[in-house]
Amino acid sequence: MRFFTTLFTAFRALRRNKMRSLLTALGIIIGVAAVIAMVGIGNGAKKQVEDQVASMGDNVIMVFSGSSSRGGMHGGSGSAGTLTIDDANAIAREVPTVEAVTPEVEGSTRISYGNQNWSTRLNGVSADYFKVRSWTFSQGTPFEERDVSAVAKVALIGRTVSTQLFGSDEEALGKTVRIKHVPFTIIGVLGPKGASFFGRDQDDTIVIPYTSAMKRLLGIKTIPRITLSVERGKSLAPVQQQITELLLQRHNIANERDADFSVRTQEEMARMATATSSIMTTLLGFVASISLIVGGIGIMNIMLVSVTERTREIGIRLAIGARGSDILLQFLIEAITLSLLGGMIGVALAFGVAELVREFTEMPVLITAGPVMYSFGFSAAVGILFGFYPARKAASVDPIEALRYE
Amino acid sequence: MWPQINRVASIFFIHSLARAGIPPYLGALMSSIIHLDQLEKVYRSAEEPVYAVRSVTLDIQQGEFVAIMGTSGSGKSTLMNILGCLDRPTGGSYQLDGVEVSSLSRNQLSDLRNRKIGFIFQNFNLLSRTTALENVELPMLYRRSAMSRREQRDKAMKMLDLVGIGKRAYHTPNQLSGGQQQRVAIARALINDPVLLLADESTGNLDTRTSIEILGIFQRLNDAGITIVMVTHENDVAQYARRIIVMRDGRIRSDTPVTQRLNAEEELKNLPAVDAA
Repeated sequence: MRFFTTLFTAFRALRRNKMRSLLTALGIIIGVAAVIAMVGIGNGAKKQVEDQVASMGDNVIMVFSGSSSRGGMHGGSGSAGTLTIDDANAIAREVPTVEAVTPEVEGSTRISYGNQNWSTRLNGVSADYFKVRSWTFSQGTPFEERDVSAVAKVALIGRTVSTQLFGSDEEALGKTVRIKHVPFTIIGVLGPKGASFFGRDQDDTIVIPYTSAMKRLLGIKTIPRITLSVERGKSLAPVQQQITELLLQRHNIANERDADFSVRTQEEMARMATATSSIMTTLLGFVASISLIVGGIGIMNIMLVSVTERTREIGIRLAIGARGSDILLQFLIEAITLSLLGGMIGVALAFGVAELVREFTEMPVLITAGPVMYSFGFSAAVGILFGFYPARKAASVDPIEALRYE
Repeated sequence: MWPQINRVASIFFIHSLARAGIPPYLGALMSSIIHLDQLEKVYRSAEEPVYAVRSVTLDIQQGEFVAIMGTSGSGKSTLMNILGCLDRPTGGSYQLDGVEVSSLSRNQLSDLRNRKIGFIFQNFNLLSRTTALENVELPMLYRRSAMSRREQRDKAMKMLDLVGIGKRAYHTPNQLSGGQQQRVAIARALINDPVLLLADESTGNLDTRTSIEILGIFQRLNDAGITIVMVTHENDVAQYARRIIVMRDGRIRSDTPVTQRLNAEEELKNLPAVDAA
């Protein structure tokens, strides 16, 4: 029999039992929808992290001060204070393709305006900082290099701080806040960036010149971190290597293993953060795939019932000259059609679920072609795999017995 | 002349020849359609072998109309299944239209059934929820011929007209009476121009008038040169054939020509006209 005719026959058989066909395909529908939605949620989380990395700049390298390990006590990265402003300047001066360098000093602080006050993170940086981290400005302008040299009392605040203290970005501009009784004038409000991949609100911050931070507020001489950006399109690895060599030389350290600092790219840090969500995605996809297999078994079950039910039809077809292969193909196509239809509905359902999740939760869902194609192909494979046994059973029916079957 | 007509010419040509009154028994002079030699069917699955058919030797010529009779257990159904290429003999030889059947594979048997045999069953065996037209088309779909869908549809339609049921082409079996269903089944049996029409108790589920009408169609087809083998246990029905073979215990008990053959057309006239079928 021609393939097209067989296809048509299969379609008609399915249409005759609409309800049964739908229920049979339900396993596949749910399976496919589950795979796509689960992987979508997993990928959404991953994408979120990647976006945050991108928001930090994918060309960013961070140099951390080494951990202190005096007397067996281990402090965190940067606790040893081995990096200096001179190190930062040396990197800017001597490493090619470095675009912008900023020392970063940090501390938590309480800032007050009128009778309001707010605890936030204090960031002391150079004018290059805004370039390195690709900050945008909601209001005002960044401070400049001469503000840094002048140890100026100027500050930029994040969206969260402006909302908490002033209600809006516009209100904040030009106001004077006090940080540890030192008055700072707000010259700008940073554009919103959201949470970092470590879960910290990046907008809950106040940024001032590092000189002001070190001399007026924190009273420190070393810096825990240097952040720098590399020219677009240049690879990070050689820069990373050059910085390492430069700092080893400056710190008089012969062996890289003894380095009192570490050089990390943003990518390396992001990779650590995304590793978890990748594992979760794989796991979710795997569990959902099992439901696809269960769906396939459902199809096999119903196809087996269908073959028994239609024994007489098979007998008639065989008697008038259908070959076993014709019957096999007919039932196989029925099973594949069921699973493919289920797959299609499942894909549609997955998009619906994704919309709902976006609507009612904060979770980002990212549906990509990969899982759609994977689950669709998987459902087709399930159709062939689990349709084959019933189809073969149908094809091996004895026509004499079948014609006698009531 | 007859063999070519039977295979190649359209059923209309055959029909017109029949109307022109060309004597069909000329076919008897031609080749044998069925040639059985020491045919045997033994079921060995049981503890003791069961002989369903023992050493049957038989020739049926082109254009014959044979009734096979016998009680249940006489082996006539088994013989019928073998003649219909649904089953293979365990011994002896069966040649259908010159093809040795006993050694063919399952697929080859399917093709043989498709091209050379038309089945007509007691319970019609039409596909339910499928129109009469599509039922008739079905054997062509399995034929792997180069015929276009349109040609197939036209041919099926003509075949339905031939058995007098063209107006019901788009009815499904459950919308048709028993007689009408059997007519559809006959149209389906004829669609691939078979060399042999096999009727298995094909009037068993029909009332007297409808039975005679169906037998009338058989007689007309036979007059047009089509070879028919009909299994029945009713002596009345057998009288419409030209030759009666009686089976018992797996053997042919008697093989006689019908002397006082019934003519369906005349019998219909003789029926009391109570209700038109």
